[in-house]
Amino acid sequence: MTATSSNGLALMWEMIQIASSLRLPIVMPLVNRAISGPLNIHCDHSDAMAIRDSGWIMLFSENNQEAYDNLLMAHRIGEHEDVMLPVTVCQDGFITSHSIENIELLEDDVAKKFVGEYTPKHYLLNSKEPISVGPMDLQAYLFEHKYQEANAMRNAKNVILEVSKDFEKLTGRTYSLFEKYKLEDAEIAIVCMNSTAGTTKVVVDELRNKGIKAGLLKIRVYRPFPAEEIAKALSNVKAIAVLDRADSLNACGGALFTDVTSGMFVNNSYIPTVNYIYGIGGRDTTAKDIEGVYNDLIEIVKTGKVDNPYRYFGLKNRS
Amino acid sequence: MAYNLKEIVANKPPIFVSGHRMCAGCGAPVVARMIMRALREGDHAVVSNATGCMEVSTCIYPYNSWDCSYIHTAFECAAATCSGAEAAYKALKRKGKIQEDEHTKFITFGGDGGTYDIGLQSLSGAMERGHDMTYVCYDNGAYMNTGIQRSSATPKFADTTTSPAGEVIPGKMQVRKDLTQIMASHHLPYVAQTAAMANFKDLYEKSEKAIYTEGPTFLNVFSPCPRGWGYPTDELMKINKLAVDTCYWPLYEVVDGKYKITYKPAKKLPIEEFLRPQRRFKHMFKAGNEWMIEEFQKEVDKRWEELLRLEGLSE
Repeated sequence: MTATSSNGLALMWEMIQIASSLRLPIVMPLVNRAISGPLNIHCDHSDAMAIRDSGWIMLFSENNQEAYDNLLMAHRIGEHEDVMLPVTVCQDGFITSHSIENIELLEDDVAKKFVGEYTPKHYLLNSKEPISVGPMDLQAYLFEHKYQEANAMRNAKNVILEVSKDFEKLTGRTYSLFEKYKLEDAEIAIVCMNSTAGTTKVVVDELRNKGIKAGLLKIRVYRPFPAEEIAKALSNVKAIAVLDRADSLNACGGALFTDVTSGMFVNNSYIPTVNYIYGIGGRDTTAKDIEGVYNDLIEIVKTGKVDNPYRYFGLKNRS
Repeated sequence: MAYNLKEIVANKPPIFVSGHRMCAGCGAPVVARMIMRALREGDHAVVSNATGCMEVSTCIYPYNSWDCSYIHTAFECAAATCSGAEAAYKALKRKGKIQEDEHTKFITFGGDGGTYDIGLQSLSGAMERGHDMTYVCYDNGAYMNTGIQRSSATPKFADTTTSPAGEVIPGKMQVRKDLTQIMASHHLPYVAQTAAMANFKDLYEKSEKAIYTEGPTFLNVFSPCPRGWGYPTDELMKINKLAVDTCYWPLYEVVDGKYKITYKPAKKLPIEEFLRPQRRFKHMFKAGNEWMIEEFQKEVDKRWEELLRLEGLSE
């Protein structure tokens, strides 16, 4: 286990790729904070997004209870013999990492029993079976090794669901690939990750009280990305907003937006979808901001048109 | 330490075995084989290797030349990787998951690029943390694997692809870093500078001491490169000897802070003897460039005298 955040992660970007390719089931809490520059230190997801396609399983956590629970499950997921990949557990820097919340803890012996012992089949320190780790891997084999890694990531989805079921049996707390909050009959939906989901739930409740059918899809498992399941869960809404707490600086939208929309497209789901970049460098995200997004979605449902899918909220000026 | 080197070479398993793809006339495989021979029979080794010539030529999937456990992660962190493995070994022993009577030694190999420059922070950290490991730098004085770019181990005036000797500059413009001194300043239990000279006695004995001294130890080993230095491949041993006999590469050790020069040439040869056989110094012998040789000699003398002084202080 190790833990990191922001530029500490950026410095080790090279190792991130090497750790996953060596199939080392490291568990690493990642407290999401802005990547320099300029130097900021406050919450956004630019650190996590910079490693999103590096062969790490990525779990996101709305609050401290989820961060704790995900961390316990992460060991079982990463160390599963069908997976053998590192896992990072994300939570929002300062917003949840430096806040005090009451959470339910497992007793040490119960937690230890759930996590279990790591018993790798092959390992560097086994003197009875000397192995080479990280050899030069040229044109003849690297492709096949990367394919094995890609398959491990595909396998991870079912393993995550199995481990989550076991965890539910132990604690009564339910986890899946994502959380659907009042999404079943929703007409407008927000897709987001981490603490913003908490703020969004409050707004959904307020809108529901006013008779507006708002819903939320909160991503828990970002890698492997459950594209098909997300497309299916969103298939009955009329307009969607995807919130990205990191700008991809690519002139076409944030990373989560790209993932969600391409997932919908390949699953034959064509629903008006907009992207909002928000909360960069720890900019506060308020209930009013989220309400504004739902209001925009109501307008999109009315007109059936999305004039600009790559939007911002909370930005002071646009000069 | 009584031993018969001929018997060791003839009978002891080499651990670093044949079949690797390093160049003819390269110093590094000779050095690696002798260092690994210092491992006691029955002991196991975990070797961590920095990215470089040695790594890309000795462990190409699905082959390898290392009859032990071997790990390569990246260029800059061979020492950190080794220290992590050593810490895990200690933890597993504590938990009874590795037998008490099992002995694993942790050895890192890095070139001068991966040691003097890119891996210096990682090396310094691993040594300071006190891991029970040996770091071996095989110093060939430039980034040879990527095409002979200058490093901080490259001597002044050497012609490399990034310090080309010509009308504008006289080769590398800066003197080389003294890494052995930097490591001595870490106050490690054992630091030594050695070379594969004569019958390898110096190299073998220092390897044995480094590997079997408890705690972090460091070996800086002279390792000529025929491609980068420009000498005929059959002259490897001659270059080794000239480096030592001119006092360009003094053989010495620092044991618990005490300096001991392990070989003092009966007759210190002029530096030209070392420079002349090498293409990288060819321009220094052109008419009008005598000042370069003079300056080179002065630098060698200064460092040799400093070493003699340090040895004197240790007495």
